[in-house]
Amino acid sequence: MLIGVPRETKSGETRVAATPATVVQLLKLGYDVLVETGAGEGSSFPDDAYVEAGATVGSADQAWGSPIVFHVNAPDDSQIALLQSGAYLVSMMAPAQNPDLLSALAARGVTALAMEAVPRISRAQSLDVLSSMANIAGYRAVVEAANVFGRFFTGQVTAAGKVPPAKVLVAGAGVAGLAAIGTAGSLGAIVRATDPRPEVADQVKSMGGEYLSIESPETEVSATGYAKEMGDDYKERESALYAEQAKDVDIVITTALIPGRPAPRLLTAEMVATMKPGSVIVDLAAANGGNVEGSVADEVVVTDNGVTIIGYTDLAGRLPAQASQLYSTNLVNLMKLLTPGKDGELVLNWDDVVQRSMTVARDGDVTWPPPPVEVSAAPKAAPAAAPKARAEEKPPPGPGRRYALVGFAAAALLLITAAAPAQLTSNITVFVLAIVIGFYVIGNVHHALHTPLMSITNAISGIIVVGALLQVGTGNTLVTILAAIAILIASINIFGGFAVTRRMLEMFQR
Amino acid sequence: MTIESLATGAYLVAALLFIMSLAGLSKHETGKQGIWYGIVGMAIALIATIALALDGGDHGGMTTIGIALMVVAVILGASIGLWRAKVVEMTGMPELIALLHSFVGLAAVLVAWNGYLMVEAVGDAQTEIAPDLLGIHHGEVIVGLFIGAVTFTGSIVAYLKLSARINSKPMMLPGKNALNIGALVVLLGLTVWFVITPELWILIAATIVALLLGWHLVASIGGGDMPVVVSMLNSYSGWAAAASGFLLNNNLLIITGALVGSSGAYLSYIMCEAMNRSFISVIAGGFGMEAPSSGGDADQGEHREVSAEDVAEMLAGASSVVITPGYGMAVAQAQYPVAEITRILREKGVNVRFGIHPVAGRLPGHMNVLLAEAKVPYDIVLEMDEINDDLSDTDVVLVIGANDTVNPAAEDDPTSPIAGMPVIRVWEAGNVIVFKRSMAVGYAGVQNPLFFKDNTSMLFGDAKERVEDILKAL
Repeated sequence: MLIGVPRETKSGETRVAATPATVVQLLKLGYDVLVETGAGEGSSFPDDAYVEAGATVGSADQAWGSPIVFHVNAPDDSQIALLQSGAYLVSMMAPAQNPDLLSALAARGVTALAMEAVPRISRAQSLDVLSSMANIAGYRAVVEAANVFGRFFTGQVTAAGKVPPAKVLVAGAGVAGLAAIGTAGSLGAIVRATDPRPEVADQVKSMGGEYLSIESPETEVSATGYAKEMGDDYKERESALYAEQAKDVDIVITTALIPGRPAPRLLTAEMVATMKPGSVIVDLAAANGGNVEGSVADEVVVTDNGVTIIGYTDLAGRLPAQASQLYSTNLVNLMKLLTPGKDGELVLNWDDVVQRSMTVARDGDVTWPPPPVEVSAAPKAAPAAAPKARAEEKPPPGPGRRYALVGFAAAALLLITAAAPAQLTSNITVFVLAIVIGFYVIGNVHHALHTPLMSITNAISGIIVVGALLQVGTGNTLVTILAAIAILIASINIFGGFAVTRRMLEMFQR
Repeated sequence: MTIESLATGAYLVAALLFIMSLAGLSKHETGKQGIWYGIVGMAIALIATIALALDGGDHGGMTTIGIALMVVAVILGASIGLWRAKVVEMTGMPELIALLHSFVGLAAVLVAWNGYLMVEAVGDAQTEIAPDLLGIHHGEVIVGLFIGAVTFTGSIVAYLKLSARINSKPMMLPGKNALNIGALVVLLGLTVWFVITPELWILIAATIVALLLGWHLVASIGGGDMPVVVSMLNSYSGWAAAASGFLLNNNLLIITGALVGSSGAYLSYIMCEAMNRSFISVIAGGFGMEAPSSGGDADQGEHREVSAEDVAEMLAGASSVVITPGYGMAVAQAQYPVAEITRILREKGVNVRFGIHPVAGRLPGHMNVLLAEAKVPYDIVLEMDEINDDLSDTDVVLVIGANDTVNPAAEDDPTSPIAGMPVIRVWEAGNVIVFKRSMAVGYAGVQNPLFFKDNTSMLFGDAKERVEDILKAL
């Protein structure tokens, strides 16, 4: 089948849905590729490079008229009109925000696959464009901030005086946030990060940042892999934290997005007003309304107190070659999934959750939203509650119960001992004390020595030979024979046990 | 000073030496001293006992035949024991130890029977025991017999399972708990009966029931739980010796038996903690019973394979490597090439460490012994708790023949049969290489989501061959 790659017409868009490198991979899967003239210009891929890779170069009509169309942005009406009925369209289309687009595509008879709708499960990570684009955006956000910020990121002690390191606050530790933390950290800044999902604390640390937790009963373990909107109490604590941090930090990078909803407002105008002059804010959520009050999509705003607010929405596109490469690799991975036979025939498997989730229009119907998919590695809340309930049925013995138990045992021991004849009493005394000694002697044994310990206790329990020795010579033939057998096997134990323990311990060396 | 008072003194010294021996064994540095304490203690005890037996006390010395038999038995037993200890493979250690446990159990049974033959069987003519203590003696005979018999057959089954002579799957008799409890009730009844009227048939019946009980207890435990079973049997063998001590009114036996019994019980307790099992249910033999609830059929995704050369490259480029071995390493005898890799990497300045799960292998401490055999320095062999916090800073983890002990389902999936069992969190490391023969499940019968994680790669084949391939590539 032929894959058409039209040029992106959205203003400012520099990316392209296939690079020469991915063209080669698509050809390997059995597809033919047609690239519109000049499609790769924005990303510095000349037409010649595509031809060299094995693609043909054609017009926009040809590209849009292919049975499979790869695109970055959602198509506009004129482009939809160019699509053939029965064709496949793969692009980003923000299905939750664009119901009209979906119905237009469905009406056209197009099977539409939305790249944003990839479920966040491990298997689908290689096709997740949100992750790959967010990764670039997070990196670029730090670079943009550094460009505007009039100081070093790293602290230095020079002959001309000491330079303090920049302090960076990253709000939202998703893919973009983590990328920003890593980038800012590697430039030498002190990085802090916030996120309503407590499970990301380790991820933040792993990137070299400090996790600022917002103490609240509501902090959530995400079941979908995305953050959700929080309650009022949480928001109060959150804004207190941001108000405090705003006064301290030099750079704020906000990445908080909730799928299908306006971006949460994290920094108010008052907080921005308390920031130091020269500080920089990069709002990655500017396209969805912004995390910061006063940020404007696609523009740089400087506030009265000298704080720069960057609201670029095309951060990923500002690294066009890289962004195109990653995006088009995501598409190749999708085609690997959709081409089980590697024969250039696209097969849509409706039972596969990944393919089902991504398909937003098919056979004239809009198939959005897909059935929910449980994706997070964190344990689900409901089953986790069940074992807890079981544990509650059998509470650990409280101190009262333990005292009662000890008391009962002591009383029983006392009665038995008191009732027993003198000889047994002394035996029991020895027995009980020896148990206690055994317990304490073994209490701090090193883990690695369990096997030698076991074999030496084995040898020692061969002491039972003493019993047999006392019985062997008593005249009764049967007793003598049985005792001799007992001596034989107990001797195996004693000698074998000690010898093997010695052998093992010889081996342990530093 | 009589021979008897001397012997009593000797017994006390021997008992103290045994305590010091066990205490010495709790550290590497004092381990060798510990053995010598034990050997000296044993020698003192044996010499004192032989002197006592020769002197004879109440029943006038040993017969010549008795002396001859004793000497022959000791020499024969010693040579068999030393020979086995010399030739046993370190991987075969669990079997040997289980077999040795069974000997103690059998000896205890024989001693108990002798106790019967020397006292009860003789009837009123006996002179060993004061008449008012006879009832207690009856009880001691049957208790000693019971513990010894259970230890004996239990250890035999454990030995057979460990040496793969019988299937290590748990035997599932209908109403197995009822069977266990029934056997205990019957034994209790027989004990009471025997104390009242010490008849021969009661003793025979009790022997048979106890032997069957021991068999059933261990037969119904799966192979994966063997470390606990072996240390539990270790404890039982101690109690058997202590019971013989009561029977013979011999303090040395009581002390030693109680020492071994309580230390073995504590060891089993540690094992149980490590596997998140209830201690009581282990002692009762009724554990490992829950059928696996979460099927391994769920869509786990795909696993990725990797070649030995790639692993070698990865290892050479890493700055920190952790190796978590399991029973598979013992089976494949891969400890020598693993140790060699460790040596080479350490020479290159790579920080190589081992993370050992408490229940890795089939015996507590099994992995440590194998690694020590291959001359891996013991200070880089760490326990689960010591290594777990460092795993997130580790570049590469090699999982060699381990499965359930590195299963994230134990932490993530509350419905998993191994839920709550502490595991080594290898998946936190940068890369995980799993050495495995196939995608089959581990002993717990649970699928392992680790194999499908993004940072996990599988290296299929015999662990030893694969490790040697890596060695070549290095």
